[in-house]
Amino acid sequence: MVRKLSLVLLAACSMPALADVNIYSARQENLIKPILDTFTERTGVKVNLVTGAADELIQRLTLEGANSPADLLIAEDVGRLYRAKQAGVLQAVKSSTINDIIPAQYRDSEGFWFGLSLRSRVIIYDKARVNPADLSTYADLADPKWDNKICVRSSSNIYNQSLVASMVSRNGVAATEAWVTGLVANFARNPQGGDREQISAVAAGQCELAISNTYYYGGMLNSTNAAERTAAQAVAVFFPDQNGNGAHMNVSGAAVTRAARNVDEAVQLLEFLAGEEAQAWYAEVNNEFPVRSDVAASEVLQSWGTFKADNIALEQLGIHNAEAVRLMDRAGWQ
Amino acid sequence: MDKAPEGALSSLKTGFSNRLPTLGILLLCLLLSVPVLTILASVTNSSDGVWQHLYDTVLGDYVTHSLTLLVGVGLMVLVLGIGPAWLVTMTRFPGSRILEWALVLPLAMPAYIIAYTYTGMLDVGGPLQLWIRETFELRFGEYWFPQIRSLNGAVVMLSLVLYPYVYLLSRMAFIEQSVCVLEVSRTLGATPFQAFTRVAIPLARPAIIAGLSLVLMETLADYGTVQYFGISAFTTGIFRTWFGLGSITAAAQLAAVLMIFILFLILAEHWSRQKARYHHTSNKYTRLPQIELTGWKRAGAMTYCILPVLLGFVIPFVQLSMWAVDTWHLIDKESFLTLFFNSLELASITAVIALLLGLFITYSKRLRPTLATRGMVRILGLGYAIPGTVIAVGVLIPFAWFDNTVDAWMREHFDIATGLLLSGTLVAVVFAYLVRFLPVSLNTLDAGLGKIKPTMDDVGRSMGLKPLQILRRVHVPIMRGSLLTASLLVFVDVLKELPATLILRPFNFNTLAIRTYELANQERLAEASSTALMIVLAGIIPVIILSQTISRSRPGHDART
Amino acid sequence: MTHVLELKDVSVALEGTVIVRDINLQLPQGMIGCLLGPSGCGKTTLLRAIAGFEKALHGEIKIAGHTVSNQQMCLPVEKRHVGMVFQDYALFPHLTVSENIAFGLGTMSRADKHKRVQELAGMLKIGELLNAYPHRLSGGQQQRVAVARAMAPKPRILLLDEPFASLDVELREEIAREIRLVLKHDGITAILVSHNQYEAFAMADEIGVMRAGQLLQWSTPFELYHQPACAYVADFVGEGVFLQGKVLDSARVETALGVLGGDELHGFAEGSSVSVLIRPDDVIHDDASPTTARVIDKAFRGAGYLYTLALGDGSQVQSLVPSHHRHAQGEMIGIRIEMDHLVAFAA
Repeated sequence: MVRKLSLVLLAACSMPALADVNIYSARQENLIKPILDTFTERTGVKVNLVTGAADELIQRLTLEGANSPADLLIAEDVGRLYRAKQAGVLQAVKSSTINDIIPAQYRDSEGFWFGLSLRSRVIIYDKARVNPADLSTYADLADPKWDNKICVRSSSNIYNQSLVASMVSRNGVAATEAWVTGLVANFARNPQGGDREQISAVAAGQCELAISNTYYYGGMLNSTNAAERTAAQAVAVFFPDQNGNGAHMNVSGAAVTRAARNVDEAVQLLEFLAGEEAQAWYAEVNNEFPVRSDVAASEVLQSWGTFKADNIALEQLGIHNAEAVRLMDRAGWQ
Repeated sequence: MDKAPEGALSSLKTGFSNRLPTLGILLLCLLLSVPVLTILASVTNSSDGVWQHLYDTVLGDYVTHSLTLLVGVGLMVLVLGIGPAWLVTMTRFPGSRILEWALVLPLAMPAYIIAYTYTGMLDVGGPLQLWIRETFELRFGEYWFPQIRSLNGAVVMLSLVLYPYVYLLSRMAFIEQSVCVLEVSRTLGATPFQAFTRVAIPLARPAIIAGLSLVLMETLADYGTVQYFGISAFTTGIFRTWFGLGSITAAAQLAAVLMIFILFLILAEHWSRQKARYHHTSNKYTRLPQIELTGWKRAGAMTYCILPVLLGFVIPFVQLSMWAVDTWHLIDKESFLTLFFNSLELASITAVIALLLGLFITYSKRLRPTLATRGMVRILGLGYAIPGTVIAVGVLIPFAWFDNTVDAWMREHFDIATGLLLSGTLVAVVFAYLVRFLPVSLNTLDAGLGKIKPTMDDVGRSMGLKPLQILRRVHVPIMRGSLLTASLLVFVDVLKELPATLILRPFNFNTLAIRTYELANQERLAEASSTALMIVLAGIIPVIILSQTISRSRPGHDART
Repeated sequence: MTHVLELKDVSVALEGTVIVRDINLQLPQGMIGCLLGPSGCGKTTLLRAIAGFEKALHGEIKIAGHTVSNQQMCLPVEKRHVGMVFQDYALFPHLTVSENIAFGLGTMSRADKHKRVQELAGMLKIGELLNAYPHRLSGGQQQRVAVARAMAPKPRILLLDEPFASLDVELREEIAREIRLVLKHDGITAILVSHNQYEAFAMADEIGVMRAGQLLQWSTPFELYHQPACAYVADFVGEGVFLQGKVLDSARVETALGVLGGDELHGFAEGSSVSVLIRPDDVIHDDASPTTARVIDKAFRGAGYLYTLALGDGSQVQSLVPSHHRHAQGEMIGIRIEMDHLVAFAA
């Protein structure tokens, strides 16, 4: 009895008060908590946070149903935001403030989710061995000239899935599968590790090209670890498809949950996150591109030059995600 | 000794235990089996062709990779575990006293952390390969270097942190073996090595298999390492199917297949442990004669025993410490303490509950070994081999259902909204831990109780004691070692646990493991090192106590004299 | 005389098989009884039913006048106030000798416990061992501690399950006699189980011989030896052989050793064939005797030789002869019969 009682007490202590904004966040604590603290400072609205993997948080939201305490879901990529919408755990928000700030392709057409920061999935190349003039498009990566020269992480990774999904959306399944098959044939090693490891492998000479999100490269340039900085300096960024659709983009974003009981506060927080202060913070702390054009990117990002971003409606990435995964399974992308 | 068969105590026949809450035990077991049963129940659902897709593409990889992991880790832990256990028990060489307990230390090291650490050191971009390239002016590919992120790498990583289970249990068996049988074998012309291979190992086989089955279950349940190394194994496959293919049914079915496989492992282990009862050789003990090693034997034994500790603990520990020193200024010290206490709190609460429940269940089973109780205990045993995330979802589903049902009912009848009572609380977290780690407690306590002769119970009863009084005055003091072992193993396991905590925890509640994972997941290994180090440090003390407990388990054998 | 233990038509079954059937016996206050029989005869099962570890199938068990088991009820072990000594002693390894002995002294004051422990330790000569742990003790010492522990709460009856089986052969009878003295000194009623008749004789006032779940005879050792109730008891208890004989009249039988018999009636019809029990101590070596037999084997038994002798018709008897009479194999020696009771069974 004593233990049961103490557990109930423990449970009671950790129940959030109702006027707060309760967040399920796939963006990890150190990458979101500081800006949430600033929000609390500015508005007096307390924020309660659980972080975790997006899919599992969505699963939790689904199972908790109408009684879920969460008001806001934060995800690290559009694929998950789309899944959450499909799972029916989100609600549409009509905020002209937000709609004015965030370009249409970076938010859900019905207002179910909003992109808050941008990243591009780019080619990282070995400055010593690759002439950037030889680089052109994503499609070109399947060319046999790159045989045994490309490093990329597992197809279980959502960023790869989203990249492939965007191609499925544009070119259809058959053409995309042919491309993935060609790409897999060019792999220098079995997919492993994260994006930083791919960049390190390029720097170490295991491969000549890597596919990576921009903020990982930015993080390495600013790393506390000297070896990582050295590795990052040996490579450079190439934005593909500049004469075509533009470089593949993804967002981290947020959505108000269907079960939300503090909708007003949640929307207030959304607006704050889309605001100039938060946008600048995103750019500074994690080398992400602001989602609004009136906020400057960080110095590091600016040093890579301007580029043409793909303006495909990001919900397409969600729509074609499952097809992309099956296709990658068939093409043997581990 | 032909009176009362083991496990079937006389009390069964005199109707005494009828008054014990047998029904309560069954309900409790049933409650704890709900997550496992939830998953198993999925087998009957249709998965809309996902299975066909899996079968056509990746299922073969999942099976072969998982089996390779099992075989590789299995063989390697036997080599790393049994030899050193024998050497430190039966011989003396410089450092053997320290190695006795130091060999257990890797148990405090979570597999995903050792994987992060070695990757950081040995990967293409890591300091070692960098040094090779710079010193010899080579490029990648012009020199040979083992690929750390590979199936072989995963085998090595898992083996380095899991071998202590085999070490602990086989050492316990060696300590308990009668010296007489070994001496008999020597008089029959066996060399010490032959005495080891022909007598000691066969006698210790049940213990070795018990340790091995723990290792294999951990290996099957491992997600962190294989995911980090990008290996498509059963666990990673479950997640991919679930989220990538969006089929929770097919994912649950994969998990169910895993469970059925594990059920076979458990039955094999159970069978071997049943046989163990015939293996107890003597209840008279003399002091173990430890042979003083000299010359090349001494050097060989030292190397053999130091290597697992060095690779499984010292090197990663030193690397983590170096990183921690480098990044200490970046650490938020205040939240650091909170994390530490959160982790300790969860680990202690779970360890205590798992101990009490385990004792309650195993003792009831001893008093009344019905088919129902034994079957339930088997099903509970499955939890240990199930990936934490799967258990977490297995917990989420019934808890959320319960909460929502209660809420709907209360609204309808009393117009009161109760909301979520259990979901998203620490109750759910601890419950998931229990589903996952209670088997550890059950196995340890069952083995401990099994060593107490049924006549001990009879003496107690003939003196007028009730079963619970006998438990308190006879069994608990006799099996102190097992109780300590059970709670410490659970404690250390909870300390290391990640996925269930991540999914089920309440708002604003973090642990060391979560912080470590989040930083490592952002590929910021160096910054993850401080919390990783704290997990290891918090685990070291229990692990050392564990090792000491086992040293003293030989009646009349004082480890220090 | 009050009976501390009374069994009426007690049967016990284990897992559906009847192991012990229709046992009747009574043990008076202060007496030591013994259930004697080969392994598998059901003696331990019966003991465990008396203790309450097994449930009686039917019949009634009374301890100190209270019914503890009958058709309607079965009192659990802990309410029967019995003490039990197990074959493997089952000493608690985590307790010292004195703590083991004091284990059952629940509510007693500390001083009283101490007194009782000292008293028992004195009687059982284990005073020096009180602070030792069981694993340091020899088998005999462990056995004394087990007895002391069982006696400590002053049980209504003490049950001993093969108490000497784990001891060295040469110790058994000695310790059995010592323990008998202690039990007698304390006035404790006890019942033990044994497969060894010498232990039984050394320890018990009354012995019951069991075979295949049945109690064949319940009587004093002397009666058992000299007046066995059936051929099985006669054969199982003590040494001896059966000689074929012909009934001459209501008291006498003619055998190869001559006409045997005395005052008592044997109850067989005149002219019928019977087997007559001849104990080694019934056959006396007497050089003056006209009856002779040939020595075919002899075994040294310390104080005497046990001779195996062939009679004229080829049948054999045994004779216990003081060791100063020494005869070689093949020698003819004179013997005569000296028996108080004629023990004969239908052939």
